[in-house]
Amino acid sequence: MSEHIVSVKIYITIFLALMAGTALTVWAGLQDFPGPLNVVIALTIAVIKATLVVLYFMHVRYSARLIWVILASALFWMGILFALTFSDYWTRDWL
Amino acid sequence: MAETVEHLGVGHEASHPALQHHFENMEQQREAGNIGMWVFLVTEIMFFGGMFLAYTLYRSKFPMAFASASNHLSLPMGAVNTVVLILSSFTMALAVYSAQIGKRRNQVVCLILTIVLGLTFLGIKAVEYHEKYVDHLIPGQLIPGHPFKPDKVHLLGDAAKENVEMFYWIYFAMTGMHAVHMIIGVGLLSVILFFAARGRYDPEYHSPVEISGLYWHFVDIVWIFLFPLLYLLGRHFEH
Repeated sequence: MSEHIVSVKIYITIFLALMAGTALTVWAGLQDFPGPLNVVIALTIAVIKATLVVLYFMHVRYSARLIWVILASALFWMGILFALTFSDYWTRDWL
Repeated sequence: MAETVEHLGVGHEASHPALQHHFENMEQQREAGNIGMWVFLVTEIMFFGGMFLAYTLYRSKFPMAFASASNHLSLPMGAVNTVVLILSSFTMALAVYSAQIGKRRNQVVCLILTIVLGLTFLGIKAVEYHEKYVDHLIPGQLIPGHPFKPDKVHLLGDAAKENVEMFYWIYFAMTGMHAVHMIIGVGLLSVILFFAARGRYDPEYHSPVEISGLYWHFVDIVWIFLFPLLYLLGRHFEH
């Protein structure tokens, strides 16, 4: 059996990192940063948290490349969705 | 050794009772199960992706209305729910780990904890939804005779009352669909718990636990994005 078993220590570390990320998100949300920085910071923290969950809790770090490709294709699809939609909405004044 | 069943392409050793005929060995079966669940999660990403798109669009068009509406949500309840859900992902990962090392009792305990935390999340959500109902913030005419009235929402900057309702449509659509996924997840885990308690899973075969875990972690990830986008977007205007 070649299934990789992730240790409990790693799970605990990731969990604590996620808790820290949550505290950081709430703190940052209450601060007034210039311009669009609030959104950028909030999304950056969220992406990092999600990445940790995907890589370690969902074992993608230790999984076959095919699973990486499947996940990447979903994110690529979302990229197309957002890029094409907003290339329309954000280049005109009316909704 | 007792007589073994011979399968073409597989060695002479007796195969695991859970091995299906169309797979060479348990490892391949396990991987195929995981790939199948991942493909399903891709469809879920597309599903929620559309709603995140709607959120992004309307937020960009009505930023102050969205900030005002967001500030009316309960930040403590949202934050507690986030902690509860991440904790449940942790216990779920431990449940899978317990299955991988063949510890039946630990599996059962971790699955029960995950389910209880999931139900806690749903309970807090129910309280939040009730508050919205009391404040007449349920959009449109979803509650007959109780139309949407944004009077309770403190308007910031140039926020228009009409656009506040759009936030609540998106809030209920997204957290509602998320809650539906949680309910399905709790049901799923209850079934897995039933079989785990009967010792159905061992280090060789525990796919149902593993793929239920993938589903549960995905629902957690959706919330990791929902929380800052719905609850935190306007807080920095509050002082």
